[in-house]
Amino acid sequence: MTSNSALLSIQNLHVAYGNILALQGISLDVREGEIVTLIGANGAGKSTLLRAISGLVPMREGRILFAGVDLRSVPAHQIVEMGIAHVPEGRGIFANLTVLENLKLATWSRKDRANIQKDYRRVFELFPRLAERQYQLAGTLSGGEQQMLAVARALMTRGRLMLLDEPSMGLAPVLVREIFNILGEINAAGTTILLVEQNARQALKVAHRGYVLETGRITLAGTAQELSDNPQVKAAYLGG
Amino acid sequence: MQFYIQQILNALQVGSVYALIALGYTMVYGILTMINFAHGDIFMVSTYLAFFTSTLLLSIAAGLPPLFTFVFTLLTAMFGTALLAVLIERLAYKPLRTAPRISAVITALGVGLFLENFMVAFKPVGPAPRFLPPLIPQINYDLGGVTVSTIQIVIILVSGLVMFLLDTIVRRTMVGMAMRAISWDKFTVPLMGVPVDRIISLTFALGASIAAVGGTLYGMAYTIDPYMGIRIGWWAFISAVVGGIGNIRGAMLGGFILGFVEIFTPVFLPSTYRDFIAFSLLLLLLIFRPTGILGRPAPQKV
Ligand SMILES: Nc1ncnc2c1ncn2[C@@H]1O[C@H](COP(=O)(O)OP(=O)(O)OP(=O)(O)O)[C@@H](O)[C@H]1O
Ligand SMILES: [Mg+2]
Repeated sequence: MTSNSALLSIQNLHVAYGNILALQGISLDVREGEIVTLIGANGAGKSTLLRAISGLVPMREGRILFAGVDLRSVPAHQIVEMGIAHVPEGRGIFANLTVLENLKLATWSRKDRANIQKDYRRVFELFPRLAERQYQLAGTLSGGEQQMLAVARALMTRGRLMLLDEPSMGLAPVLVREIFNILGEINAAGTTILLVEQNARQALKVAHRGYVLETGRITLAGTAQELSDNPQVKAAYLGG
Repeated sequence: MQFYIQQILNALQVGSVYALIALGYTMVYGILTMINFAHGDIFMVSTYLAFFTSTLLLSIAAGLPPLFTFVFTLLTAMFGTALLAVLIERLAYKPLRTAPRISAVITALGVGLFLENFMVAFKPVGPAPRFLPPLIPQINYDLGGVTVSTIQIVIILVSGLVMFLLDTIVRRTMVGMAMRAISWDKFTVPLMGVPVDRIISLTFALGASIAAVGGTLYGMAYTIDPYMGIRIGWWAFISAVVGGIGNIRGAMLGGFILGFVEIFTPVFLPSTYRDFIAFSLLLLLLIFRPTGILGRPAPQKV
């Protein structure tokens, strides 16, 4: 697949924190409509990659193209407006705001005011528990509910591409399945997804394709099936 | 009895001004966890903006309706002070946002000293105290032994209105929501599409224009001088801490508490005890309730 038909195309991306080289020449593509997963161990650079896409950390070298537009030196808030939603590691909900305020804030840069009400309804259908708790402070939600809020909030930005950073972290298996089912639904409704996970088993179940990241470099790429069958992936990420 | 009612009115008048200034400290602290020690001097500059605007206005057109004179002076002072604060934030504080906290604090102290000394050296200002020309006719009403002046009424009502408006902005608008979100976690806010730098500038502008309301009102009642921002700034800062720094309603409450301390200390003790009482209150609070009266202990971030 050539890079110009990709919704997101990353070429030779280098990112460093001081003299720590977190990403050392990453190239990957995410096509419209896909779920692509990025698996890797702690410290591999998964969150750094998502942060670079969102403009939260500067890139040292390389290119990130979104829908053909170079994201270099585009400020983070404008990247959201361009259509990239990001569910950050650790959820990043605003505990001192109500559930509804968290959702509302995410509509900041939207110009299609008329559709916002419709999107609240959609989000509350996907996550009925948030509807019940919309006037509650977000800090009073359980961990699972907070993760749902983080996903719901990303939906409210109406991104074409959703980046998710370990949405299954710290959740009970039932909730993990629920979140992954919902990601499938969101994707079926037209949102492209780049999913970072340590829970490779679940991620490869829902994804179309995947990449394996090791200490800042991509070491394997393939369809979800290929990666699931790969002996190295099995040994390292699927528990043998 | 009348005496005490009179003193309560005076305390509300002084407390209103402290509350208005305290809001600026608390808002900036809330959003950046930084104490803007230049804020008292920004308040001082606002009184001079009110002074020059009103003097000029009344010298070119003497017969203007008082309401117009007052509102025009107030808005000009608010706008000019907001501009100054945004300039200070952009030039002096923003480059230090990732530097150790102490750098920004020292810079703020430096900016304050600069403003004081600039005003002393600036010929049209100079060190001598000055009076604002009367913006509204001063009429004293005698209500059963209690004297209420038009100025006192304007100070208390306008301050009340401004505080109500600010509280509404912070609680009900998208900008207020963004400010509260930044105070919780400013690194995640950009992911909501919110331009954080613009909200920070807006916070400085808002805090400064509220201080300018305080400055204009203060100038209507008292003399002004280039060093006034030091003592008033400290009292307003203590107000913010007493109420719970970072908390909007806390700053308002703290301002009125300090207003009462200022007015009622001389009733019971020699007036030289005023600062002693104010700082003791601060120390006691820092020992027994470090988060202030309305400040909540920082909730665990999950
Ligand atoms: N703010 C930072 N300053 C310095 N080094 C950092 C910073 N953030 C990440 N790193 C380093 O960059 C490398 C990649 O970190 P990153 O958070 O991207 O890994 P990750 O794959 O998301 O790990 P995890 O699975 O634990 O979340 C690590 O070595 C990490 O220590
Ligand atoms: Mg990570």
